[in-house]
Amino acid sequence: MARSNEPLFWAPFFAGAGFSALFMPAVMIITGVAVAAGWINATQLYQLILHPLTRLFLFLLISLSLFHAVHRIRFVLVDLGLKPFAGIISVLCYGSAIVGSILAAIFALTL
Amino acid sequence: MPEKSITLEVFRYLPEQSDEPKYQKYDVPYREDWVVLDALNYIKDHIDGSLSYRWSCRMGVCGSCGMMVNGEPRLTCAAFLRDFYPQPIRVEPLTNFPVIRDLIINLEDFLHKLKEVKAWLIPKQEKPVSEGEYLQSPKELATYKQFSMCINCMLCYAACPVYGLEPKFLGPAAIALGQRYNLDSRDGGKEERTDIIASSEGIWECTFIGECSRVCPKHVDPAAAIQRAKVQSTQEWWMSLLLPKGAK
Repeated sequence: MARSNEPLFWAPFFAGAGFSALFMPAVMIITGVAVAAGWINATQLYQLILHPLTRLFLFLLISLSLFHAVHRIRFVLVDLGLKPFAGIISVLCYGSAIVGSILAAIFALTL
Repeated sequence: MPEKSITLEVFRYLPEQSDEPKYQKYDVPYREDWVVLDALNYIKDHIDGSLSYRWSCRMGVCGSCGMMVNGEPRLTCAAFLRDFYPQPIRVEPLTNFPVIRDLIINLEDFLHKLKEVKAWLIPKQEKPVSEGEYLQSPKELATYKQFSMCINCMLCYAACPVYGLEPKFLGPAAIALGQRYNLDSRDGGKEERTDIIASSEGIWECTFIGECSRVCPKHVDPAAAIQRAKVQSTQEWWMSLLLPKGAK
């Protein structure tokens, strides 16, 4: 029996699970709460975001989280009985994650 | 004082009498130290000899008395009446399997999968008996021991929603047992097993719901075995893609 090519999608899903669980809450608190409450100066934070490493971090966070999310959505839809459309579901799910990642890369590069 | 009793609602399917299954109620004496299997044996011996079910050891070793007890896959030899009393207990055959008769399910599919996954030791190098045992350190034993505790009771298959939707799925116990031998230092059959374990009907059907590990009476944790196999298989897939052919 042929080995599956699923690792192509599972690797970013797995990486996205760790990455988003570890960093997403912190990023949400920093950008959504701490800046609004005035605990962190927005201008200083913007300076930090301009650093190449932060740009890379933001790209990875957005892209991997997207791949994680669409992988889950794909399996939920298939398990809900849409297995006959598994192919098109995969194309739509991973396609949107790829488009989202391209947009994230443009955003990270042009900040 | 009248003797305490408890009601069992038992799934009955007698194909020679009717195509439709039915539930039959039996009142059995309530004893604090009785398990559901004791109650079934009481029914068989004293009330209705036509009731059919599998059982053997009565001590959680043989794995043959797995049934749905109030909708939950359980070993009936380990499901105490006192945990349900005074409510009635519904006993049904394990879900996700075809029923042959009453509480007896058809094991064919599972046995076929065990064979497919080659759940036995394939020695790296066959050696004559005169050369002695295949030795192993306690540390090497510890890497697979947990997965070797599986008693093939199939509760994990009854609990697995993925297996319910996709019967081709290799399933929790077969994958855990495949991993049990893959992780064994004396074994050399990993390549053969990986062809089936890493196929689309192997580990990749699993969506990590984790019910298999929750219901496992021997704490094998098949979900962990599957996740480990996924990580391993993903590493190998990317390595084979990134490294030049022949390099490993």
